[in-house]
Amino acid sequence: MNESVVLDVKNLKSHFFTAKGEVPAVDGVSIQVPAGKIIGIVGESGCGKSMTAMSIMGLLRYPGRVVDGTITLDGRDITHLKPKELSQVRGNELSMIFQEPMTSLNPVYPVGVQVREAILLHQKTTKAEAKQRVLDIFQAVGIPEPEKRYYNYPHQLSGGLRQRVMIGMAMVCRPKVMIADEPTTALDVTIEAQILRLMKRLCAEQGTSIILITHNMGVVAEICDYVYVMYAGKVMEQAETFELFEHTKHPYTQGLLKSIPRLDEKADRLYTIEGVVPNLLHLPKGCSFCTRCDQAQERCFTEKPGLYAAADGHGVRCLKYESGVKMDGE
Amino acid sequence: MLSKVVKRIAISIPVLIGVVLLIFIMLRVVPGDPVATMMGEHVNPAMIEKISAELGLDQPLYVQFFKYVGNALRGDFGTSYRLNRNVTQIILESFPHTVKLSVLAALVAWIIGLVAGIVAAIRQNRLLDRLFMGCSLVGVSMPVFMTALVLQYVFAFKLQWFPISGFDSWQAMILPAIALGWNSAGSIARMTRSNLVEILQNDYIRTARAKGLREHGVIIGHALKNAMLPVVTMMALQISSMLSGAVLTESVFGVPGIGRLSVNAIETRDMPLLQGTVIFTTIIIILGNLIADLLYNVLDPRIREGA
Ligand SMILES: Nc1ncnc2c1ncn2[C@@H]1O[C@H](COP(=O)(O)OP(=O)(O)OP(=O)(O)O)[C@@H](O)[C@H]1O
Ligand SMILES: [Mg+2]
Repeated sequence: MNESVVLDVKNLKSHFFTAKGEVPAVDGVSIQVPAGKIIGIVGESGCGKSMTAMSIMGLLRYPGRVVDGTITLDGRDITHLKPKELSQVRGNELSMIFQEPMTSLNPVYPVGVQVREAILLHQKTTKAEAKQRVLDIFQAVGIPEPEKRYYNYPHQLSGGLRQRVMIGMAMVCRPKVMIADEPTTALDVTIEAQILRLMKRLCAEQGTSIILITHNMGVVAEICDYVYVMYAGKVMEQAETFELFEHTKHPYTQGLLKSIPRLDEKADRLYTIEGVVPNLLHLPKGCSFCTRCDQAQERCFTEKPGLYAAADGHGVRCLKYESGVKMDGE
Repeated sequence: MLSKVVKRIAISIPVLIGVVLLIFIMLRVVPGDPVATMMGEHVNPAMIEKISAELGLDQPLYVQFFKYVGNALRGDFGTSYRLNRNVTQIILESFPHTVKLSVLAALVAWIIGLVAGIVAAIRQNRLLDRLFMGCSLVGVSMPVFMTALVLQYVFAFKLQWFPISGFDSWQAMILPAIALGWNSAGSIARMTRSNLVEILQNDYIRTARAKGLREHGVIIGHALKNAMLPVVTMMALQISSMLSGAVLTESVFGVPGIGRLSVNAIETRDMPLLQGTVIFTTIIIILGNLIADLLYNVLDPRIREGA
């Protein structure tokens, strides 16, 4: 992992200040995104994937906020930017596609105009020129009849087309990093494959890095270069994709992989990880996964594991790998 | 779109006929002879009968009704008993004053209401929000005539910043406009705020932020238009409450408009004049609702298309 890092997130902590207490939704996450690579973040629902993304984008809203850590984009610390500076980064150098394609576009403006706005906000061009660029990007993301679609309202487009519009909007300023938060969860499987391929191709062409958030291990295996596995606001395991699948170390990751249905193996029922995700307000004293871990030992309940290097570039947050070098500062 | 307009106008016709019928019957069943009221108590009965016959009041009700409607369709609403002049002409003379008052009041309501609502939404749950929402609550809960009397007492009578009554200079117009607009300003502010707060939770607002819009750009460019849809309808619907408020405001401040005209007509049992003002007002309200509908159509592409 020594390629030039465009986005470096260090020890990010984002908490929600609720009436019931402080919820540590993102609890010391460190992520490195090398130029031109696709980074995956996986984990069960509620583990903090979206909140990590929102924190990086500076989009967390009350009652949530970033309480600690640094976010460095291309050598520049963007953790505490003023609103004006932040707005110059968003949509320009750093962009995001959201989980909900059906509702992420404004219903009262034509989709083309909404994409054009992203260009006009960040670049000095004429409206006509910007429109031409929208048509080009529509073409690139595979929207048929761009000229006609430009003037369509969101409700006139299918979910797949809307998500293509969102990708177009996120790519049109050629960002350094694009965060895609489960961009295909709401779409059907054939469209999912098309969209993922499209994102991969565009990013290769433009040199944009992607953070792909998903809970689909199959998707990860197919397009990610490096993977972070999250659980209860923390990174539990991280490794290059091949390494992670071949030498899975963490019991949680093993559970996740086992729960993928496979065609080549007969099984009576689908494997699921026992138990439920713990309430973030009442996490176990030791390892946050200990309550569901089938390999847990006594000390797992009392001692918090660090992130240990089990192999080159392969980190595991599990006491079994304590002998490895600690990768985070905790 | 055009067929929709035609349809709406067609639906309004029965409403209008109903209103005419209702006002016609009501004025004739209430106790008190209009001719007697007009002539004073001490006129002899023969005289009253003669005048009643002249005015056609001795004929059966349905004859009177059809005659009236027939004339009305030709733009003739009869002759005012008291002023002895053509009703249409009287109404057309006083209507501009009411329009001026309502437009000014609407401006007050829109500007104050929108600005206060937007600011309150942005500063949600902070001091300004609380202050504005407190004021608007007072605005919504106070009856128009009370606002009018309080304003008149404080600013015209005590402080003497404005004339007490009349409507011939801009100074004279300020207090009536505020009195009439205040109530609507309150409801518009509250509605704008609550809609904006709700709209700002939407996913597409997050998208707007993510593409690099600043917060004011997000609100003006992406939230306001969506939040305004119901507000616009309400603003147009308030034309009716403006008109009923205008009756009271005009009376308090002595504005020679339709409102004061109808109050006078009631006091003097001037049937043709009263009928004329009521029908006229009804038409205005129907038009107001029609405009509200059409505006909604223009603003919302989803409805525009379904038409
Ligand atoms: N407004 C909020 N108030 C309190 N806690 C919140 C709030 N929003 C999110 N959280 C907390 O943040 C945690 C992480 O949420 P997040 O949306 O990041 O999950 P996710 O990994 O994206 O899940 P999914 O796969 O369902 O999208 C949640 O478990 C929840 O406890
Ligand atoms: Mg999520």
